[in-house]
Amino acid sequence: MTDALLQNAATPVLAIEGLRKSFGALVATDNVSLEVGPGELHALIGPNGAGKSTLITQICGEIRPNAGRILFEGRDVTALRAPARARLGLGRTFQITQLCPDFTAIENVLLSIEARHGGSFDMLSNPRRNAAHLELARNWLDQVGLAAQGDRTVAQLAHGERRQLEIAVALARQPKLLLLDEPMAGMGAEESMSLTRLLQSLKRRYAILLVEHDMDAVFALADRISVLVYGRVVFTGTVEEVREHPEVRAAYLGEDRPC
Amino acid sequence: MILLIEQVLNGLQYGAMLFMLASGLTLIFGIMGVINLTHGSLYMVGAYCAASAVLQSGSFLVGIAAALAGAGLYAVVIELAVVQWLYRRDHLYQVLATLGLILFTNEAVSLIFGRRPPLMDIPPFLQGSVTVLPGLDYPLMRLAFIGVGGLVAVGLWLLVNHTRLGMLVRAGADDREMVSALGVDIRRLYTLVFGLGGLLCGLAGVMAAPLLAVEIGMGERVLITTFVVIVIGGVGSIRGALVGALLVGMVDGLGRAYLPQGLQMLLPPSVADTLSAGLVSASIYVLMAIVLLVRPLGLLPARS
Repeated sequence: MTDALLQNAATPVLAIEGLRKSFGALVATDNVSLEVGPGELHALIGPNGAGKSTLITQICGEIRPNAGRILFEGRDVTALRAPARARLGLGRTFQITQLCPDFTAIENVLLSIEARHGGSFDMLSNPRRNAAHLELARNWLDQVGLAAQGDRTVAQLAHGERRQLEIAVALARQPKLLLLDEPMAGMGAEESMSLTRLLQSLKRRYAILLVEHDMDAVFALADRISVLVYGRVVFTGTVEEVREHPEVRAAYLGEDRPC
Repeated sequence: MILLIEQVLNGLQYGAMLFMLASGLTLIFGIMGVINLTHGSLYMVGAYCAASAVLQSGSFLVGIAAALAGAGLYAVVIELAVVQWLYRRDHLYQVLATLGLILFTNEAVSLIFGRRPPLMDIPPFLQGSVTVLPGLDYPLMRLAFIGVGGLVAVGLWLLVNHTRLGMLVRAGADDREMVSALGVDIRRLYTLVFGLGGLLCGLAGVMAAPLLAVEIGMGERVLITTFVVIVIGGVGSIRGALVGALLVGMVDGLGRAYLPQGLQMLLPPSVADTLSAGLVSASIYVLMAIVLLVRPLGLLPARS
């Protein structure tokens, strides 16, 4: 039992091994290896055009790598498509918010719960009549601080609230790994700080891979940081190590920028 | 007055048929973004299956089952074999492929069912007519058609707005990526929607078979009108398809009755006859043009 637990703890939730993807002569992902351990918040940073988005779409299963493997809880998922990976427990949010604009906040979360409870037997039942699911959905909204916004449609929500809702939608799927693609993008300082607090509260409960440009948020949240430049991981280390690393400063942070 | 009511009923019946075809087409076009020209062929397949099954079994119920099964299965086959590879392609590819499918279906139907148009009688329990008003007897079969159209409208409303399936379909229309990230295989969902469209075509086919000529090419004729209906109603919207179908049905029914009369009062008879014949067949396009001038997205677009 203890052995099993130990072994389980040692297996990274996400492991990427020698991933490679090229579009013609452009090598977007160049021999990338990366691990996210249980409960770890791993940040992925890199300048624009470094290949972050290409890497994420490969992790999610939207595009296939040319070489390398993606392991999810030790299982090779390289050949699985996006929905199958989501069912295994890969939850994500998008760089550009992806929600159903005509649905209310709570309906978006319900959708996620319904998706998890798969089974095509009760395709004809009414999701809004399912008291247990409604209760669950309210709970998730509460967790991200949107308890009061449940009945407003997405179109009526502020940008920051949509980001929170997107996280609630991802959480309601009960993922094992959360992949957050620039959640702070387009946010004001205040909103960024409240989202940082939200992510802080999720830390340790989920393995999280955070792609983010907001360095304050990254440095505040990350256990480890990987730096991606021209499709290659040039460095992986703790916050302090990344701050001090000369190559990272040169390549990404810029020598003139005080850190 | 009698003429007016009769033409309104005719318009309703035509509208009911158009709605059965347009509701499926608008879902496929609006949600999956596919221009599906084979939609009319599915209706033809439904009518042929119904006519042939009734001929062999003598039972209208068997005819209904055959039409639903034939058109529904054929829709699923088409989706899996051809259409699903075209979702990410330009509309032109979809038009070319589904146009090819029309030709293929026409040939396949004449190979399987023969060149001679099958005849289908009105089933005994729907024969005869009902006195709607004193002096106005209306065929029972046509009234049944209107009733089935109403049932389909209510059923679809329930399905789309109050079921898990409907929720997933609406979400898939809004946001394909999110639904896929939640672990729902959107390809299976699309196949399901396509099959549903096929079922509705089959239903329209079996209801129309006793009233209209079952023949090769019957699908293409109604297809254009069906596209007019969904453009008027707003692409992707079932409510829009309902309103569009009723409008087109009414304009067609009333136009046929009153346009010639009206023009004869204004113009010399020879001019009036030619003009009204042209205007009657053009009336639904005029209606579409007017609607698009006022509301470019149609009357009730899925998203405003």
